Amino acid sequence: MSGQLPLYGLLAEFENPEELLSAVRRAREAGFRKMDAFTPLPVHGLAEEMGFRGRKLPIIVLLGGLAGMIGGYGLQYWVSVIEYPLNIGGRPMHSWPAFVPITFETTILLAALATVLGLLALNGLPMPYHPVFNVRRFKLATRNRFFLCLEAVDPRFDREATREFLLGLNARGVYEVES
Amino acid sequence: MSSLRDARKPKGPDAPPAKDLRGARYWRSLEEWADTPEFRRFVEREFPENASQWADPVGRRRFLKLMGASLAMAGVGACTVQPPERIIPYVKQPEEIVPGKPLYYATAMPQWGIGQGLLVESHMGRPTKIEGNPDHPASLGASNHFSQASILGLYDPDRSDVIRRAGRIDTWDNFLAELASALEVEAGRGGRGLRLLTGTITSPSLAAQIEELLTLYPGSKHHQWEPLNRDNVLEGAKLVFGRPVETRYRFDRAKVIVSLDSDFLAWGPASVRHARDFAGARRSEDGEMSRLYVVEPTPSLTGGVADHRLALESHRVEAVARRLAANLGIEGGAASVESAEQWIAGAVADLQRHRGDSLVVAGDGQPPIVHALAHAINHRLGNVGSTVEYTRPLGARPVNQTESLGSLVDDMRSGGVDLLVILDGNPVYDAPVDFDFAAALQSVKLRIHLSQSEDETSQGCHWHIPGAHFLESWGDVRAFDGTVSIIQPLIRPLYGGRSSHELLGALLGRPGLTAEQAVRDHWAAQMGPDSEKQWRKSVHDGVVAGTAFPPLTPQLDEAALRAEAGSTTSPSGMEVLFRGDPCVADGRYANNGWLQELPKPLTKLTWDNAALISPAMARELSLENGDVVRLSHGERGVEAPIWVLPGQAARSVTVHLGSGHRRAGRVAEGVGFDAYPLRESDKLWNAAGIQIEKTGQRRFLACTQNHHLIETGLASQQAHDRHLVRETEIEEYRSNPEVIHEMGHEFPEEMTLYPPHEYPGHAWGMVIDLGACTGCNACVVACQSENNIPVVGKQMVEMGREMHWIRIDRYFEGDLDDPRYVHQPMICQHCENAPCEVVCPVAATSHSAEGLNEMTYNRCVGTRYCSNNCPYKVRRFNFLLYQDWDTPSLKLMRNPDVTVRSRGVMEKCTFCVQRINAARIVARNEDRKIEDGEIVTACEAACPSQAITFGDINDSASRVARLKADKLNYGILNELNTRPRTTYLARLKNSNPELADG
Amino acid sequence: MASRPELEKPPVIEPGHTYATVTDKISSIVLGRHTPISWFIGFAISFTLFMVMMYAITYTLVVGTGVWGINIPVGWGFAIINFVWWIGIGHAGTLISAILLLLRQDWRTSINRFAEAMTLFAVACAGIFPLLHTGRPWLAYWLLPYPNTMGMWPQFRSPLVWDVFAVSTYGTVSLLFWYVGLIPDLATLRDRSKRKAAQIIYGIGAMGWRGSAIHWHRYETAYLLLAGLATPLVVSVHTVVSFDFAVSLIPGWHTTIFPPYFVAGAIYSGFAMVMTLAIPIRKIYGLEDFITMRHLRNMAKIILATGLIVAYGYTMETFMAWYSGSLFESFMLENRMTGPYWMMYWALIVCNVITPQFLWFRRVRNSVVTLFVISLIVNVGMWLERYVIVVTSLHRDFLPSSWGMYAGTFWDWAIYVGTLGMFLSLLFLFVRVLPMISIFEMRTLIPGEKKDGGH
Repeated sequence: MSGQLPLYGLLAEFENPEELLSAVRRAREAGFRKMDAFTPLPVHGLAEEMGFRGRKLPIIVLLGGLAGMIGGYGLQYWVSVIEYPLNIGGRPMHSWPAFVPITFETTILLAALATVLGLLALNGLPMPYHPVFNVRRFKLATRNRFFLCLEAVDPRFDREATREFLLGLNARGVYEVES
Repeated sequence: MSSLRDARKPKGPDAPPAKDLRGARYWRSLEEWADTPEFRRFVEREFPENASQWADPVGRRRFLKLMGASLAMAGVGACTVQPPERIIPYVKQPEEIVPGKPLYYATAMPQWGIGQGLLVESHMGRPTKIEGNPDHPASLGASNHFSQASILGLYDPDRSDVIRRAGRIDTWDNFLAELASALEVEAGRGGRGLRLLTGTITSPSLAAQIEELLTLYPGSKHHQWEPLNRDNVLEGAKLVFGRPVETRYRFDRAKVIVSLDSDFLAWGPASVRHARDFAGARRSEDGEMSRLYVVEPTPSLTGGVADHRLALESHRVEAVARRLAANLGIEGGAASVESAEQWIAGAVADLQRHRGDSLVVAGDGQPPIVHALAHAINHRLGNVGSTVEYTRPLGARPVNQTESLGSLVDDMRSGGVDLLVILDGNPVYDAPVDFDFAAALQSVKLRIHLSQSEDETSQGCHWHIPGAHFLESWGDVRAFDGTVSIIQPLIRPLYGGRSSHELLGALLGRPGLTAEQAVRDHWAAQMGPDSEKQWRKSVHDGVVAGTAFPPLTPQLDEAALRAEAGSTTSPSGMEVLFRGDPCVADGRYANNGWLQELPKPLTKLTWDNAALISPAMARELSLENGDVVRLSHGERGVEAPIWVLPGQAARSVTVHLGSGHRRAGRVAEGVGFDAYPLRESDKLWNAAGIQIEKTGQRRFLACTQNHHLIETGLASQQAHDRHLVRETEIEEYRSNPEVIHEMGHEFPEEMTLYPPHEYPGHAWGMVIDLGACTGCNACVVACQSENNIPVVGKQMVEMGREMHWIRIDRYFEGDLDDPRYVHQPMICQHCENAPCEVVCPVAATSHSAEGLNEMTYNRCVGTRYCSNNCPYKVRRFNFLLYQDWDTPSLKLMRNPDVTVRSRGVMEKCTFCVQRINAARIVARNEDRKIEDGEIVTACEAACPSQAITFGDINDSASRVARLKADKLNYGILNELNTRPRTTYLARLKNSNPELADG
Repeated sequence: MASRPELEKPPVIEPGHTYATVTDKISSIVLGRHTPISWFIGFAISFTLFMVMMYAITYTLVVGTGVWGINIPVGWGFAIINFVWWIGIGHAGTLISAILLLLRQDWRTSINRFAEAMTLFAVACAGIFPLLHTGRPWLAYWLLPYPNTMGMWPQFRSPLVWDVFAVSTYGTVSLLFWYVGLIPDLATLRDRSKRKAAQIIYGIGAMGWRGSAIHWHRYETAYLLLAGLATPLVVSVHTVVSFDFAVSLIPGWHTTIFPPYFVAGAIYSGFAMVMTLAIPIRKIYGLEDFITMRHLRNMAKIILATGLIVAYGYTMETFMAWYSGSLFESFMLENRMTGPYWMMYWALIVCNVITPQFLWFRRVRNSVVTLFVISLIVNVGMWLERYVIVVTSLHRDFLPSSWGMYAGTFWDWAIYVGTLGMFLSLLFLFVRVLPMISIFEMRTLIPGEKKDGGH
């Protein structure tokens, strides 16, 4: 292995989602764990195949929503009752029915912000550089090609053997990904 | 004193640096400056163009800047300095002025030569607000819109500030020189060529000076002219009494009043007093309520409150008078008057029932015979001594003014006049057209005119001398009952004006004579020993004790009536009525923005006069509001836009005098049409047989209420259905006191989620008595003056953006051809559940602990949501920069206790919060509660009929609390649960049961 | 509806398309050097109008709101009318992307991107008015809750403050929704574009998106969650806007039916506007394959349905005015129908109630031209509706003495027309520099190649 560039992994290109899906399944059976698949459109079941369980995001959103709700109502209550109480048209300081609309809006707002920020954070975006971009063919990942990347850090990874293995999954091509 | 500094600050590049503006140099520099073409150009400017400039602050500022320039120089160094002479504050005050603490001075406003007692509020030597003088018989503390607006007249930037000869700036010394030489000539021939033209003179000191002049120049003559003169009154008296006497009416004692075309509540030297007395006699609680019959050709405020109003052409009023007289057994009676018989019968019956406490009063516009008949009837009914009193004439030299002016014109034509001195007045503009005064004037060798602004007459004279405002100079004047008031100045002449006393002094060869000397010397002689003490007291009180005329008992000669009998001929065709304008009178107030923008009480027109016609005539000639017609009488004619006025007599057209000035200032010029060219000396008040033809043009008239809705009764119908104005017959009310409350719907308390707010301590509230309100507008102007409310101009009014905090709602009751008028002052109701506050996004309007609905101007961003959500629509919005931030004189005028609002903020009635706080400070310093009546809002103070009461509704003893407990008390739109703090007392009618219709 | 053949048969994308063709076709509109001349003409016109608006706004700020026709009693005029109108139009986008997404109406795919953009621009136009209509616009920020030197806060009982929150929330969420939807397509553009600058710019926008399966998984969760949040939001926005009126006590405003009927009206006008814009654009860019007749037909049906709800709203208003027995209410309605503004009212009935009835006929739904005309009429009708609500209610309310009249001035019109220019300008720029159809979602529609679910 000496004299060669450090390798991030091997990238296999497939024609369509089915091939990719089966490839992933086979790679898992073969004991590969450190892998990622790249597709131009969401392919259902793919992530699950790679043993991914996405439970974090909904919780983040829930927390955001709760913060918005409490914050929104709290602000109105504090301002109208504690900080600067005014007799407005003979209404009570704590005229709660009037505080509902804003509470609702702030709930939505913070939940939405939590969703997007959570999404980016969990996905580690923005990420200006990633080794797979070094593969010229990878451009097609946003057009009509499906890629599977087995990463070098995986204990089962071996440059030659893995290349053979991938070709065996009738990949249209296998490319080395320099890190 | 920033205002002083501003006044000195030179405005615009044209103005020389202010520090140079001293004494002689100031005159020279002003001369140089005033000759610049730019100055000329803007002086020539006419108002209509400026209308757009009001809308466009940039343009507006430009000419105000120019104005400011001339002003900075005119008023330099003198703006806020009190006169050097000793003037005496009305109430006990610390020796020297305390900044921020106003002083009050008693003085009097001469109007048509007759006095109205005033108290003037002065801040740091600047008069800022007019109040009535409680000690003055013609005021009793109240005032009217004319006196209220006179404060703007004082600071009017258009007042002339330089002596001119033939239009070019000249000096007082040159004037004295030329006058002296002319007088020398006259002295040589006993003054045959010398003439003095004045208005009515009641001032004892001035009269004395005139006497002196006439004795000094035996051949000279004194003429008097007022366009709205009272010749008919005096001639009528002469007719039956053989000599001119003044009639004094006691409406507080009269139980039945018959008005023969007399608008005694709104016009004449005693109108304010009359309103007070009449309102008192109308209040139900004090026993019997008085009943008012009015016959008149055109709706008036008096007719508006009548129990039985009869609309009849002016010339037929005489027939009615004769008929009344005849039915009361007075000779010289007449045939029956169709369509009036029932009314007459009712009136006669009532009069007979009330011998001794009834009253018949004739209007200034009615011919002498009608006055004579009124006198006869009052005599026959034994009213003399109880409801009617006679005194010697008010005028020091009573004459028939029309004849007086006529003879002057004849002399001028025949070239017999070499030196004519005109003190005030504007005869070129307002003399009867057949006199052709302007032409005659040209044949006078030397013409001198003293007036506060350069007007049409000034242009026709050699010398124009700037006149002093009554707040700037000493003087004295008699009230309607003869009581003399000493006029004390509150400020040194802003524009170097001279008083009549000074000019007469010059004529008498005492050019140095000051007005103060003239007045003091006269009274020193009158008061005799301890005159100093008396003088001080008289000046302090605003009245000279014991100067009221004693009653006379002239002998009435009914035979004279017989002589006049049969002279009643009723001309056919349409008649035109000449009346003083409700806002600008005979034209003397035409340059007063407050009065020009004041909605006329009945038409609600602003910035314009119109030919008022009846709905019937409108239908007949298919005319609509705004159609321009040509009114012609013989070869004379004027073009006027028409306005349909319900209640107008079918064949009468009313035109208001005083508009259409050719030269009077930027505000007045080009506003409305001039009706004088139609007014002939023998038809001063009405001319029969006029032609009306449509010209096809239209003119938009700026009306503040129900644009396009007058003809259809829709608005009034809706107002009636909504129980906004509630009224009932006194009899019905007595039988069922709940009747007023039963009229509207109350809001069921249990319907609201929230508990009502608690108001411990004070809770300010107001009650407005619709029974007393005549719609006279005094409160509107008082409010404008107290609260620094801007004038917005015709264009803005057309767009519905007038700024008055008080809107007097006017509705018609009943048939549009003969309706009854109702007036309802509408101001911020200070709702406890204020709808405006809830919708304000920035809490710029909120409630005070004492229940005031308060505006925080500097917090307002101007969403106008509050106005939208106000069911009473009493909020006003500064759509543009309406307030004049530049003119120095107007800065001096403003009330320093009230914020001057800028563009983009909402404003509205504050219940005069500045007065509440002033009273609170005093009370707190004296460690006591604020007493009832201690706080008087501007509108309440001004109201002649005491229709407005303000106070603490938590204090059950207060007047306002007692009134709110009254069964007549009701709130408007109660069903909305706004809980208004301003409520109204329903109006009671006292119709004669014998007359079925209302 | 599913039983209707016309829904089943024609696919939402014409046959013969593959991942590649879809990608190339849509991205070429943006990346292709050639821009149709019609684009330049259209942009020139709308940008001119945009500049007219800028001029009118400057004049208004310098001289004052007084240059508009507003007065007492009619304190609100064009500004609020246009605000409500634009906000209404701004509802279609989020609605299509969110609600139809949750309802799994995959035909939405080819119009949602473009509808979302329209939403954003409409909200931008709407946002101008509340700021500008205040007497002192430079202080409009006082409506925001921030600890200022005066220690003052907004007055949270005021619907205008609710508006601030509702509209700003709506704007933010729409933007997020739109941007999240764009990320994968920006990646596509980054990878497809030949020019360095474009690669960098789109690259920044794409934030390094590489289509990882894990990312896609979270992405779809997030997208669904956003849709779930946006759905109640979109309903709440016009509800809150309607509170501006419903919470007041002015007859003609104070009505409990306002929230639902405002929301329906919003969807109504929103879809009308989408149709108005979609029809010419699919023609110019030859997108008939993606925006098919089926899309137009479905939108027509939604317009018809919401139109009927709006009509019901009008009917109930009338009924209530009579049934309530309130003098103020009944007069208000009588005044609307027969008063000085009767023409406005009846014109609105013709536009909003009569016109959509033609959509009952299949022939009408199938004719692009008539659909286009109808959508235009509906847009006009909805503007009239707001005019009638705002003006006729205010100009004659409780006290006849305060009644007045209202008419927009030149400046009112200049700003209104100007916002149309701004709206179109933004739209032209959008179709030029961003994929107006969601590429990755179109990929999921490719028949045969389509994987289970889509989403």
